[in-house]
Amino acid sequence: MRGRLSSTAMPILDALHLARLQFAFTVSFHIVFPAISIGMAAFLAVLEGLWLKTGKDYYKDMFLFWSKIFAVGFGMGVVSGVVMSYEFGTNWGGFSTFAGPITGVLLTYEVLTAFFLEAGFLGVMLFGWDKVGRRAHFFATVMVAVGTLISTFWILASNSFMQTPQGYSIVDGKLYPQDWLKIIFNPSFPYRLAHMTIAAFIVAGFLVAATGAYHLLKGRRDEPVKRSFSMALWMLLLLTPLQIVVGDAHGLNTRQYQPAKIAAIEGLWETEHGGTALNLVGLPDMQAEQTKYAIQIPHLGSLILTHSWDGEIKGLKEFPAQDRPYSPIVFWTFRIMAGLGMLMLLLVLLGVLLRKGGKLYEARWFQRFVVLMGPSGIIALLAGWITTEVGRQPWTVYGVFRTSQSASPLDAQQVGVSLLIFVVVYFLVFGTGVYYMLKLMGKGPTHVDHHAAHPHPALENRAMFRPQDAIDG
Amino acid sequence: MLNTVAPVWDGNETFMVLGGAALYGAFPVVYSTLLPANYMPLVLMLAGLIFRGAAFELRSKATRTQHLWDLAFIGGSALATFCQGVVLGSLLQGIHIVDDKFAGAPFDWLSPFSIFCGLGLLVTYATLGCGWLIIKTEGELQKAMYSLMKPITGVLLLVILAISIWTVLGQPAIAQRWFGGHNLIWFAPVPVLVLASAWGIFRAVNKQHEHVPFRLGLFMLFLGYSGFIISIWPNIIPPSLTIWQAAANPKSQLFILVGTAIVLPIILVYSYLQYHVFRGKVRENDPGYH
Repeated sequence: MRGRLSSTAMPILDALHLARLQFAFTVSFHIVFPAISIGMAAFLAVLEGLWLKTGKDYYKDMFLFWSKIFAVGFGMGVVSGVVMSYEFGTNWGGFSTFAGPITGVLLTYEVLTAFFLEAGFLGVMLFGWDKVGRRAHFFATVMVAVGTLISTFWILASNSFMQTPQGYSIVDGKLYPQDWLKIIFNPSFPYRLAHMTIAAFIVAGFLVAATGAYHLLKGRRDEPVKRSFSMALWMLLLLTPLQIVVGDAHGLNTRQYQPAKIAAIEGLWETEHGGTALNLVGLPDMQAEQTKYAIQIPHLGSLILTHSWDGEIKGLKEFPAQDRPYSPIVFWTFRIMAGLGMLMLLLVLLGVLLRKGGKLYEARWFQRFVVLMGPSGIIALLAGWITTEVGRQPWTVYGVFRTSQSASPLDAQQVGVSLLIFVVVYFLVFGTGVYYMLKLMGKGPTHVDHHAAHPHPALENRAMFRPQDAIDG
Repeated sequence: MLNTVAPVWDGNETFMVLGGAALYGAFPVVYSTLLPANYMPLVLMLAGLIFRGAAFELRSKATRTQHLWDLAFIGGSALATFCQGVVLGSLLQGIHIVDDKFAGAPFDWLSPFSIFCGLGLLVTYATLGCGWLIIKTEGELQKAMYSLMKPITGVLLLVILAISIWTVLGQPAIAQRWFGGHNLIWFAPVPVLVLASAWGIFRAVNKQHEHVPFRLGLFMLFLGYSGFIISIWPNIIPPSLTIWQAAANPKSQLFILVGTAIVLPIILVYSYLQYHVFRGKVRENDPGYH
């Protein structure tokens, strides 16, 4: 079948595509903040734990500093998340009616088991220093971190179910849950959960490392700055290679359950026998059904995706034209993600070398590199999500329910106007939110030299309760 | 004033998310018809919530632009409340549904009645806010709130009266529900208790009972929603969708019920602890972010 159907052409701006654009826009803004919160919450729990264990004050200085950035990120995440929880209904009524009996339930579980836990203990964590004891406060911080992880669990269960559905039947044109365990632990779930959780830690790790590098470049050499830089690099050294291994396993899983997505990611049209080459770069063309200007490396495609010299990978032409994901987007977003992954690996390895040579805090070129890579976690995260979500098209529930069936019966004007409102409001509000986060990072952790002068304990406590005085002033 | 809610803020925001998510899980059809039918008010409500939520986090970090964030907080809160009221009003009017899909026009929600409901909800929330501040503050601010409590409760009573009459005149089915047969005898406690609560608030203000106005305000809100449910029952979206038709299948419901039964008590316990930790008055020089 050599279809030249319009469904494979670039989107035109009807109500459906405006709704898709709106979802892509709002969810992309949203995901950045939870990712920061997930990684940062765990970091904060570690910092407070170290402070309790060692009694070193710089751990608390660091905690107070990063908890402010965490708070802004968390607030932005909640606010942009409220939009998401209503958008399924406003724009995607068809999907909600069909899939609500399963995805709606998973979302309810997320709110019940995770959001309340986070929100309930966040107040104590941020405002409770003088209201509860040290251990109770530490408990609150750990609960916030656990909450963010539970939240990741549920939302990825829901997303993974949409990617690789199982454990359901269809009754009266709606999903009917047969086996909740199968639904939650669907085939792609473990891989996606691991990949996303590590990604969130990497996002936070690079923000912390870059902030440390920035202040090292500015000449600060106090403990909170050095420790932030060093701890983040240790963690990234551990997680970056791990993430590459997990990503690879995730790829194998996708090849098994969503072969069309893999074909689109690789810009692969024909099913080649005796080993598939990897398109390093190129321009996939949905109309011409070929990838133009491709630079290929023989056998590498098979090697990466099947872990064998001449494993077979299905090409896009195996799938009817109306079932193919839009290759030009996923081809490139995947390469951005993977390319950044390689750069990250380079960075952490350089870090090890410098550390061995005792130059970690002095190598300015390296610190500039780290500052530059500060947003790399976020960019890779977004590129990865675009790859997996665009790669799922044209389905919302893979192989079961099409995106075109999912939209609400709205006209293009309504969706267009609301999109316009969201674009303006988001850039205005979250733009400023990001600006303040950067401003906070730019000021750096307060450093009280606890050895030089020992103020009255009560005064000292006071200064710790109100770190923003030092920062705002 | 913002300090009085700061510690419990995120928990309360979470209830907004739960509202969306629980509706989605338990009544997918309601979720996917009520929301598109009220598309514009909901989009504006979300925009309002964004401004309000962001302003809450950011105003303390701002230096030169703090008054702008205050404005964003006030405007956003008012807009979000107003839009919620509009949605409730449009729900009372009824929504045109065919085959589990919204089949009305984009501006069906817009009517003098729904606009009035929007304003009514503003008054309702203002009453509650006034009661809350009486509990959490002292001195000049508390005095000002005490003197505001009576007039605003009076306005709230007028609003409730107006909406009641308007609904009964405009919706014969609802009039039948309240006044048909012996129903009025059963439902009479609702309006009677509303009047009693208002009287209680007046008395509490005179006697300077700090906690009573807020609690009675909450009770009035509860009575309002009771009246609302009595009016539309067993419909969840009048005039055609009943709660039984809208409910998700038993298996989905059961799974939610199990989760809720286990988790809700735990949530209530730590929410209580949280309010307990942050009980008492909030003062000018308290540590805090805001």
